[in-house]
Amino acid sequence: MLDVKGLARLVGGGAEEGAKIQRQMTLPWGDAFRISLRNVTIRLGRAFITASGIVLGIAFLSSVWTGAVIQEGLERSERAHLEELAQATAVGGADEKSTQDLIAAAEQARKSRASRQAWLVVMSLLVCGVGITNAMLMSVTERFQEIGTMKCLGALDNFIVRLFLIEAALLGVLGSLLGALLGHMAMLGIFAIRERTFSVAAKMDWSQMLFYLVIAVLIGTVLSLIAAIAPAIRAARMRPAVALQSEI
Amino acid sequence: MAKVKCPECGEEIETTGIITVCPGCNADMRHVMEEVGHERAERMKTIARDDSVTTHEFIVRTRDLRKIYVMGEVEVPALRDVDLDVRRGEYLSIMGPSGSGKSTLFNMIGGLDKPTGGRCFIEEVDMAQLDAFELAWLRCRKIGYIFQTFNLIPVMTALENVTLPMIFAGMGTDEMMDRGRELLELVGLDDRLDHKPYELSGGQQQRVAVARALANAPAIILADEPTGNLDLQTGKEIIDLLKELNQESGVTVISATHDLKMIDVSDRIVHIRDGEVERIEHRADLKLEIGTLGSEIEDAE
Repeated sequence: MLDVKGLARLVGGGAEEGAKIQRQMTLPWGDAFRISLRNVTIRLGRAFITASGIVLGIAFLSSVWTGAVIQEGLERSERAHLEELAQATAVGGADEKSTQDLIAAAEQARKSRASRQAWLVVMSLLVCGVGITNAMLMSVTERFQEIGTMKCLGALDNFIVRLFLIEAALLGVLGSLLGALLGHMAMLGIFAIRERTFSVAAKMDWSQMLFYLVIAVLIGTVLSLIAAIAPAIRAARMRPAVALQSEI
Repeated sequence: MAKVKCPECGEEIETTGIITVCPGCNADMRHVMEEVGHERAERMKTIARDDSVTTHEFIVRTRDLRKIYVMGEVEVPALRDVDLDVRRGEYLSIMGPSGSGKSTLFNMIGGLDKPTGGRCFIEEVDMAQLDAFELAWLRCRKIGYIFQTFNLIPVMTALENVTLPMIFAGMGTDEMMDRGRELLELVGLDDRLDHKPYELSGGQQQRVAVARALANAPAIILADEPTGNLDLQTGKEIIDLLKELNQESGVTVISATHDLKMIDVSDRIVHIRDGEVERIEHRADLKLEIGTLGSEIEDAE
């Protein structure tokens, strides 16, 4: 006969633990982060597909902003050049006036371009948002059984939501960082080829560029989180029996 | 791990004491295993928990339990007024063909689904009265679940799967790891701690699931067709493991099944048909007609 006396103590026969019943249910952030990170790294292929929506959307956003910053840098140096020219040839009022006209026209062009770009940015964010929502919805749906199992093991609804939100944040940060850099490099390359010189990089305002990149990463992360909230809450609220039975 | 020799065929087997028959010649190995088991039990005493106050005779009771699934316009009754009392420490099998409602009953008892009508008590607590937190607490500490499809978390190792319920229960990391290792050793998987589920065979996965079910020292083990996805031999091992747990630790085992091997070990068998309890058989009655039953099992298999 197999001796399981030790186990007998281990299991405890199901009696109450006297007066000290722990009413505690926890999922520490450290553990939650570890589990979510594992989910991302192990299902790397799946995570990449989910993240690709973010990467593309943010790459587009970042390229639009990079283009604007480079254009501004170019115009600034041109304007400086014009002003120099105006001072050097400061003979009559007529010449100065035409220089002023040139500067005003350039300003006008910049404004109309900015409003066109605003539209592009809004559209790209919309497309990116829809893509991320769809990817998150799928990645939650295909794990219904896992969610059901976790609930059987004592996971509260908010544990499940927490796991998915951490995962979404991870994907959001990594995806939008990659996207922001990709878009930035691509636009820099395009301008360098068009102007046939790398001086575009020297002429642009790098502090402003950095600010835009940070904003792009923030937007990507926030979008990814917003997209994950609804499917995560829906999954967490499912009754375990239903979650366990669902098949993909 | 220890090496034992089969008395029949002389084969050397490495085991932690989980096997009950020789894999080579199918001879009964239980008496040979005794020594290995004692050795383990001694080591296990160091992490044992002491809680042995018996409170209620019946650990699970259902009264007029009813469940109706609504499929579009049609109402499908899965359970019709089921009254069932399960004694503490009992090994109960719920038998019935698929679609008879046994899985539904399993879900009700396990607090995985809400009944349409009637009541279900665990330790005299009406489950309908519990809020989400209390239900989670109950699932985490009072009930250990075992599924037909094992349901291990695919991205986690065997050890992490076993320790997950302990994380939820707020156990300290060191204690958790020790207990997880002990439990896995107990089911004979001490050399598979860091294996992912897909690196384990079906029987090994189910043993991880048994260890996980024991994580927080539950009062009830609920098994839904635990042998459904296993071959005969591994299925037998899981059944034996459950039976021994039940006998030695007094944990109540409720198992939905249509595996006739379960009849051997069950104290009572509840037959369910069309959502109603058709009849309840006691082990004592069964022993009288064991001869006919044996041939029945062979016919079925």
